[in-house]
Amino acid sequence: MNTLLEVSGVTVSFDGFRAINNLSFQIADAELRAVIGPNGAGKTTFMDIVTGKTRPDTGHILWGDKSLSLIGMSEAKIAQAGIGRKFQKPTVFEEQTVQENLMMALRKDRASLAVLFFKPSTSDFERVEDLAEEIGLGEALLRVSGELSHGQKQWLEIGMLLAQEPQLLLVDEPAAGMTPAEREKTTAILVEAAKTRAVVVVEHDMEFVRRLNCKVTVLHEGAVLAEGSLDHVTKNQDVIDVYLGR
Amino acid sequence: MNRSFIARNPSVLIFLAILALFTLVVTVLSEGFGVGLISTSFVKVLGKTLCLCLIAIAMDLIWGYTGILSLGHFAFFGLGGYMIGMWLMYERTRLIVVNSLSEGVLPPTPEEITAGIGNQIFGVVGSSDFPLIWAFADSLVLQLTFVVLVPGLLALVFGWLAFRSRVTGVYLSILTQAMTLGLSLYLFQNASGLRGNNGLSGLQNLPGVTAPQSVVSLWFFWASALALGLGYLLIAWVVSGKFGSVIRGIRDNEARVRFLGYSVETYKLVVFTLTACIAGIAGALYYPQAGIINPAEVAPIASIYLAVWVAIGGRGRLYGAVIGTAFVSLVSSWFTGGQAPDVPLGFYTVKWVDWWLFLLGLSFVLVTLYAPNGIGGLIDLLKRKPRETDV
Ligand SMILES: Nc1ncnc2c1ncn2[C@@H]1O[C@H](COP(=O)(O)OP(=O)(O)OP(=O)(O)O)[C@@H](O)[C@H]1O
Ligand SMILES: [Mg+2]
Repeated sequence: MNTLLEVSGVTVSFDGFRAINNLSFQIADAELRAVIGPNGAGKTTFMDIVTGKTRPDTGHILWGDKSLSLIGMSEAKIAQAGIGRKFQKPTVFEEQTVQENLMMALRKDRASLAVLFFKPSTSDFERVEDLAEEIGLGEALLRVSGELSHGQKQWLEIGMLLAQEPQLLLVDEPAAGMTPAEREKTTAILVEAAKTRAVVVVEHDMEFVRRLNCKVTVLHEGAVLAEGSLDHVTKNQDVIDVYLGR
Repeated sequence: MNRSFIARNPSVLIFLAILALFTLVVTVLSEGFGVGLISTSFVKVLGKTLCLCLIAIAMDLIWGYTGILSLGHFAFFGLGGYMIGMWLMYERTRLIVVNSLSEGVLPPTPEEITAGIGNQIFGVVGSSDFPLIWAFADSLVLQLTFVVLVPGLLALVFGWLAFRSRVTGVYLSILTQAMTLGLSLYLFQNASGLRGNNGLSGLQNLPGVTAPQSVVSLWFFWASALALGLGYLLIAWVVSGKFGSVIRGIRDNEARVRFLGYSVETYKLVVFTLTACIAGIAGALYYPQAGIINPAEVAPIASIYLAVWVAIGGRGRLYGAVIGTAFVSLVSSWFTGGQAPDVPLGFYTVKWVDWWLFLLGLSFVLVTLYAPNGIGGLIDLLKRKPRETDV
């Protein structure tokens, strides 16, 4: 498999505090990966760096077949290059309908003039309906998304990511605050999504990670502590000491 | 589902119908074309109010929809006024000068005419030379272009600098205040070439037009109504589709919009510049009805009033901006025009000219605290149908 994203030797400090410390990390095409680690391990900061929100002090981030360097690119450009991101807190546009949220995310020309004169075609509407169906919001298309339940908002946000058709999806704690049934559905959506693209999931919940059934990376103090199958990393003494054994 | 823009926004048609009806009624009641129940000066007040409504819907687009609290849009309004004012003043003065020189034996040379106009216009600031910025004042077409171009260009440069550095929130508001203050202070100088604190005057007279003010005032009233109608249609269209979704998204969570792949800065710049151009047009229609423009018009407080009108009317709904502006500015001209009766309290007499601002400030505070959706929020309450989903 080809490497899709390669992070090497990345360091980020906030006022002298090293949130990310010489981190190296690789992800292949159409790979599902779970990232776990204690609070403050740098999981969210890692996503901030890849998506252009935070600029690293040192290191390289290379993307895609052409090994494009992502450092210095704007958030919008990185998103257009094919990296989608779901935030820790569900962030959908609450005053807009499910349909409007999805339509905005749909992979299309993002230039302001093109957007101004954009008229959704029948196939665009169909695509939005299919997506809504996929995330279990087929009946809620015209509802204002602020009225949705917490779990539904999380799914809507995942649906918006799918609408972007990214090659890499970064998902920060998708199951937080969900009921067991909702978690199961979320797992199914993510596993399905990972069939056609790379997905990186940050999650604290071990049961959830187990169900994803994929390679796991353990972060600690801004660096990779262990990597491998869930059974492999959970047997690692360092991991037990800093994370599981609390 | 893919219905036309008007079908999806019935309120636009309702607004246009009310505006057309209002225009008709004012015309029928006017002195110029009707029964004379409405004085010419009141027609001008109404026409100016329509122009203020136009800049108010532009303000709603930038603030209510995009979430950028610009406190500098009156700078663009004033610039529009100055641009058209230059032509009006130049051309009218030229006609007067040519007329008076033609009584001589020899026909006047172009130099004599230019010198005469220069004396007339710039005598008050102790000069008679034409400053460079008057180079095109003899061309109506060019000055009309400048009405849009000059505010647009200023907004483009200012917005590019501000948005690129990701200045947001209250810092951006302060920066826009600084911009309009800077413009005002610059215009106050005689060296600005726009007659310093005298400003431009006599703008109510259309050069070469002999029709009385009662008629001219209606022309401007109609033009203002037309501009408001078209502006409303344009802005309602801009906010109705995906572009509207994106800018409302920027208002509610601009970081999220970035990660969707939209260049937030570009969108802000587009909206800022577009609204500046609309403000310029509104100003160009306003000042010929006011008759005079001077640097005090673009003082920082003017743009703050604009935000107050829109807030009182209710943000994020264009008719709210229109209602708030029409209501507050008409009530304001009633209170400050000396028509409101003083209230003698025995120990103190409430003079509205002094107390009106206090009243306005108080209602702004009350609206902010208790009715964040303004007057428009009341209309929402009436409109709200019982929800079928709550079965
Ligand atoms: N902008 C910032 N300024 C200063 N410190 C920051 C900033 N962002 C993150 N940090 C710090 O960097 C460290 C890593 O934070 P991060 O949010 O990446 O952790 P996390 O692994 O996502 O934790 P959690 O599981 O709680 O979400 C934390 O100690 C945090 O306080
Ligand atoms: Mg986190």
